[in-house]
Amino acid sequence: MTTFLTGWGRTAPTPATLARPRDLGELSELVAAAPVRGVVPRGLGRAYGDAAQNSGGLVLDCTGLDKWTFDDGRVTASGGVSLHELMTALVPRGWFVPVSPGTRHVTVGGAIAADVHGKNHHRDSSFGAHVRSLTLVTAGGTVRTLSPADPLFQATVGGMGLTGVIAEATFDCVPVESSRMLVDIERTADLDETMAAMASGDDRYRYTVAWIDLLARGRRLGRGVLTRGDHARRGTSDFAPRTLVRAPARAPGGLLNGLSVRAFNEAWYRKAPRRATVVQGIAPFFHPLDAVEGWNRMYGPRGFVQYQFVVPFGAEETLRRIVGTLSARGTVSFVPVLKRFGPGSGGLLSFPLPGWTLALDVPAGQRGLGELLRGFDELVARAGGRVYLAKDSRMRSDMMAEMYPSLQRWRRIRDEADPAGLFRSDLARRLGL
Amino acid sequence: MKNSLGAVDTVLLLGGRSEIGLEIVRLLVRLGASRVVLAVRDAPGLGGPGAGSGPGSEAGSGSEAEAGRLSGLGAEVHVVPFDALDPGSHQEVFDAAVRLVGDLDVVISGFGVLGSQAAYDADPAAAMTAVAVNYGAHVSVGLHAARVLRAQGHGTLVVLSSVAGARVRRANFVYGSAKAGLDGFAQGLGDALHGSGARVLIVRPGFVIGRMTEGLTPAPLSSTPRQVAVATVRALRDGTRTSAEVWVPRALGPAFGVLRLLPRALWRRMPR
Repeated sequence: MTTFLTGWGRTAPTPATLARPRDLGELSELVAAAPVRGVVPRGLGRAYGDAAQNSGGLVLDCTGLDKWTFDDGRVTASGGVSLHELMTALVPRGWFVPVSPGTRHVTVGGAIAADVHGKNHHRDSSFGAHVRSLTLVTAGGTVRTLSPADPLFQATVGGMGLTGVIAEATFDCVPVESSRMLVDIERTADLDETMAAMASGDDRYRYTVAWIDLLARGRRLGRGVLTRGDHARRGTSDFAPRTLVRAPARAPGGLLNGLSVRAFNEAWYRKAPRRATVVQGIAPFFHPLDAVEGWNRMYGPRGFVQYQFVVPFGAEETLRRIVGTLSARGTVSFVPVLKRFGPGSGGLLSFPLPGWTLALDVPAGQRGLGELLRGFDELVARAGGRVYLAKDSRMRSDMMAEMYPSLQRWRRIRDEADPAGLFRSDLARRLGL
Repeated sequence: MKNSLGAVDTVLLLGGRSEIGLEIVRLLVRLGASRVVLAVRDAPGLGGPGAGSGPGSEAGSGSEAEAGRLSGLGAEVHVVPFDALDPGSHQEVFDAAVRLVGDLDVVISGFGVLGSQAAYDADPAAAMTAVAVNYGAHVSVGLHAARVLRAQGHGTLVVLSSVAGARVRRANFVYGSAKAGLDGFAQGLGDALHGSGARVLIVRPGFVIGRMTEGLTPAPLSSTPRQVAVATVRALRDGTRTSAEVWVPRALGPAFGVLRLLPRALWRRMPR
């Protein structure tokens, strides 16, 4: 069946044949019969850009691979199992996933392929660091079992689905005593204060993140709301998160504009207490946007771009410069998020490295956005940083080698596993991977 | 492929000396296109230089110099030989382009000759050749492009049509009839590609002040190659419809909406 697919940002749709394998046998057969335009796995479509698109080729909807087991703190799950399903089942039993991104609606395969990070990256690294073994279906339909010491394992963690399809993975969970989070909220006056508070206090918390206001100008630029917390020691273990509202199927463009976002930012900042400790549920703490089903539609028919970069510690000047430019230009960005990263997971194309990461959502229609972000790419690369591939939908291929120094090594391992280059996505073509 | 902000990466220009075509390519390169294939008659080292640079022909400045200019803007430029009148060789042009740059994000069918009606009246064989270039060759190239773009599932074929084909005028009816055929072909091709992910963009400039029209007095609502290129690139970036049309300048669209309805008795008195 030919279907037009996009990422979560709803930009640049391309047609592909979509197939949904139900078990390892079907998966292996489909991979073995990959067409000349290649094949790429897809999970729940939460990558913002074109990572799970393959124009003119085959896309494997992996959500039919949905078996999982839990034993002694360890999950063994098929690639298509969602973190939502795992959390819903495991939290009441006193366990939590090792890493949760900003949405529960990602698959285990996607979490490994993008090597997703969460608010605990500064302490616990990214998802890939917790994976003990992988079953990978490589070109030709070969089924391989990989341990973290295998080069192909390291190429698969963060490898954007281009080494093969993750059929199954085993990873460690963390014990929790309730489904509540004990959260310290703190308001900061400007960017320097936000960064100083994070640098000095993050180590006391397992989970930390800051929302910063990039539409505020002058002295208030980069003012933010820090939320930092840990699993509460007491309280209920119930976990049944629900969708509160659903975004309209066809929102017009331009709803999220300079005026509305500025007003939202102001309200968001004002409603936060100057300093307080609160008890929150897992869903509002980790996945606030999951409460609005299809929130990505609010950006209208042209969609949006998420730009997330990291610069190493010591390159704070680059971060300040980018923040300053965004503010000076009045670039509309909804709920930008600032976070400090800890050590990486060892994935060759993994995004996180020790430093500062900033993520922002920008409506795709803004004038001059392409040139602006291209300029940021260069600043970030020069500072030894990089852009997150799972969120990218617009970067040029010439930035890749500088941002990802292990690219050549990754290519060699990939070429060995897939000499004909059958695993291919729109992202891979765009970035020349 | 077109990224989320509408920028493209690869361009194939058929008629690698076309002023408008090159202007489009230059703009695309400035906006981020990194690999360009210029398909040129008498490509360097492949035939005699400037064999077709007579009056009324599009050929002119050397393609090497042009390739150099584009490289200077930061693009990787390839030049391949292309003969519009040898349809048997067209497949190889596309194969070579795909070999060199991979997926083709934009294909510009930009070649053409103007010629004068008086000359065609005197030399019907030359008229037939001109029609073969301005229409027949575009049919061959367009169908090859459609095959490639359909398989890719993305990409835009830019067809340089003309208002001369919107309603054929007595003053240049050989050229005009070829453009009318081309325009109809391009519309049909756009419809045929509907749902494939590939698109056709029809560009209909009025009188374009440039090398091709040297010595002619500009008509009302004329434009420069640069203006045509800007309008084309804007439509490439923003457009999502399978089949799109741009008139340059835009006022020509409504103008021809009216002119089409003019009685023949009046239309044939149009001075040019």
